[in-house]
Parts: sequence; structure tokens; C-alpha cells
Amino acid sequence: MKNRSLVSIDDLTTGEILDILDMATGFEKDPTRQLLDNKVIATLFFEPSTRTRLSFESAISRLGGKIIGFTDASSSSVSKGESLNDTIKTVNNYSDLIVMRHPVEGSARYASEIADIPVVNAGDGANQHPTQTLLDLYSIRKTQGTLDNLNIFIVGDLKYGRTVHSLIMAMSRWNTTFNFISPDELMIPKEYKIYLDNLGLKYYEHTDFTDIISRADIIYMTRVQKERFSDPIEYEKVKNVYVLRNTMLKNTKDNLRILHPLPRVNEIHTDVDVNKKAYYFEQALNGVYTRQAILCTLLGLK
Amino acid sequence: MKEPKQLSVSAIESGTVIDHIPAKSLFKVIQILGLESMGDKQITIGSNFESKKLGRKAIIKIEGVFFEDDDINRIALVAPQAKLNIIRDYDVVEKSIVEVPDEIVGITKCVNPKCITNFESVKTKFKVISKENVSLKCHYCEKITDQEHLEII
Ligand SMILES: [Zn+2]
Repeated sequence: MKNRSLVSIDDLTTGEILDILDMATGFEKDPTRQLLDNKVIATLFFEPSTRTRLSFESAISRLGGKIIGFTDASSSSVSKGESLNDTIKTVNNYSDLIVMRHPVEGSARYASEIADIPVVNAGDGANQHPTQTLLDLYSIRKTQGTLDNLNIFIVGDLKYGRTVHSLIMAMSRWNTTFNFISPDELMIPKEYKIYLDNLGLKYYEHTDFTDIISRADIIYMTRVQKERFSDPIEYEKVKNVYVLRNTMLKNTKDNLRILHPLPRVNEIHTDVDVNKKAYYFEQALNGVYTRQAILCTLLGLK
Repeated sequence: MKEPKQLSVSAIESGTVIDHIPAKSLFKVIQILGLESMGDKQITIGSNFESKKLGRKAIIKIEGVFFEDDDINRIALVAPQAKLNIIRDYDVVEKSIVEVPDEIVGITKCVNPKCITNFESVKTKFKVISKENVSLKCHYCEKITDQEHLEII
């Protein structure tokens, strides 16, 4: 994997995914190691994403690496009209690896073709965000002890959610049963159902968010955003339907864990936070270990 | 005036005849094959012939040019039923049909307005995921461009 870029989760074989998760397990046990000593990592955030940036910068700092970059395009040469091509060529000379977030879809793939050094996609518009997917997989494996034969419930915006689509594609590498819970307007796109059909994986679609969750090993919650609805009345109807409350967890399995890519708005009631099945804050922390593993893997460091 | 079709487009001694081009795609085919830059070649173009299959069809005859499969197959995007006749000494020595290639580089735009190829001067690149009803997956943004949204660059 040395000197390869990570643009899409599909760039990785299942073996490579598992190697990264294993390495992340090592960083969880021993997070502070000077593996990036003398390395300069560029974090180029062409649009702000504080959470993702802090997670990467924490990962880099704990490995002893130096960080250069910018936190949004307005503070960079991009605001003067510089092309992505020129920005990447320049930064390529200054650093050993580029982490980039950009609102334009396909920008990370393009950057990876320009740069001689590895590029890590930290989100390219609505397209890909593979480090999120890897930390989701890490969290699932850590809490369930396996990635195989799990029953995953995904709730909320299944139509536009980039995170959800990548998670489905990634988990379809194992024998996963999917339950999709969403309002009619935000159901899972047909192409994903065809994909799962072709693999012979089971999935069920629901509009009710009820005690069917008693079968879940993982509940993956997402935001239902107002601007996704063509009809505001439809949003008003559903906005309080896809909210997880502590009382709903009464008959759920012991091993159930609740994940959310964060930030949440109201889709997980704060009364869930004290439940031991709430896992979203640990999930965010797992992002640091996973990103440590990704950086070291792409730089060929152990 | 026994054979009016023969009169409309003259025969060539040796080269390539591309038949069954939908008349509306003629100029796109000319563009894709780069015929404008073949200034020294004899090129005969005829359009709006009646065709049972296509309604109106066009024919291009190019003297002294034989295309590589990869080059000629690029026109399959706009002329999927095109037929090729390879001519030597006024005889058809080979007939073939075009086939949509597995990968399309350049030629068409990505339908996604938020794709990098529509922001920077990046050559478009697609994986062909369906050949019958042409469906292209963008190498960059990973979105699908289908037949009805094809926009030749
Ligand atoms: Zn595209």
C-alpha cells in the first residue's frame, strides 16, 4: 500500500481494510508513537470541516508529524483563483502526504493523479469520505467482535447520505443483513438495492421506526435535513418520527451499539447518551486511531 | 439515373466508408474522428439519405484512411448502429460494426455539475457500465451519465 492514495473505500481490498483496522487496534492500545517524526503532512481544507480536521490533526500530532495547510479556502491562494492543479503541485513539494477536503466531487481522485505523494480524501462533496467509512468499520468490529453476520439498521436520510452509501458498499463485503428505515422521500436509491440483490444479501425497507430495532446489532443514525424535502409539510410530518429515544432501547439486544457520524441535531435524544449502548462519542475517538493507521499505511511506516 | 444513391456519393478507391450514421449525429462523428484535421484527405460526406432503420442517415467516405478499432469505436456513443466498410481497389474487403469501448476518454461531458471535470481543465474519463443503453461511470465523481445526457465536448 506504500505510496498509494486513499480516495474511495473501493480502492482497498478486504485484506487491506482488515490490515488497517488491525493497525488501528494497535494505536488504540498505544496511541503516542513517533512514527511521523520528520514527516510533514499537509491538511488542505478547501471547505471547513472542523471535526474531520481536528481528528486528522490529532492523529498526526500523536505520531509526531508536522502539519502545514489551511482550514478553509478563503484563507488560501485558492481565493485568489489558483487552480487545484497548481495548489496540489505546489504542496506536493512541501510535504510527504496530503489530506484534503474539497466541495467538488472527484477533486481528490484528480489530486491523487497530480501528486507524487499519497493523497487522503477527507471528503469530496457528496462523493466519498473513506476515512469515515473505515472508522465506522473499526467501531462495528470493535463492539461486535466481528464484521460478519451482523444485522445493521440504518436510519434517516438514506437517499443523499454519502456516509450511508459508503457504509453499505463496505459492509456488503461481509454477510450483512440491512434494515433501512427512512421516510418515503429519502429511501435508499435503487442502484444500491440492485447491488445487494446481485450479491444475494438480505435487506428490508421500513418507514416506521418501531420495535423492529429489537433485532439490531448496530443502529446507524443519520440526520434528516429540512432542505432535502421538496415539500416543507412532508418534513414537518417526519421530523420527529426518526428520532431515537432511550425508551425505544428497552427490548434491544445487549450487544447493540448506536453509531452516528456526528454532528447530531435532534435525531438522537440526549437521554440516550447515558445508555451504555450509545457509542457515537467513542466512535469519533476511534477516528483518530483509524486515521493514524491510514497515514502510516500509506507512508509505509510500521 | 439508374442508381441515384451511387451518384449522390461517389465511390472511393481505398479507404473507409462509414454508413448508417444517424443524420443528426453526423457533425458529432466528424468531430470525434477529427476529420477537420485531415485536410489532405479526400472526404465525401452525404447526409439526409432515407433509411428504414434510422429515418435519416448520413454516410462518410474517407479516401486512404483506415482507423484503428479503438479510434473508430469512439463514434459508437453517437452512432451505435454505424457500419464500416473497408475498401481496397474499389472492393469492400471487410465489413464491421462499431462497438462501444470499455473506457471512454474525452468525447463526452460528465453530467454532474459538481464534478471536477466541469471545474478544471481535466480530460473526462468514464468506465462503460452498460453498452446497450449507454451508461458511463465517471472516473472522478463516480456519477452515472446515461445516453440521453450525453453531451459531446
Ligand atoms: Zn464526473
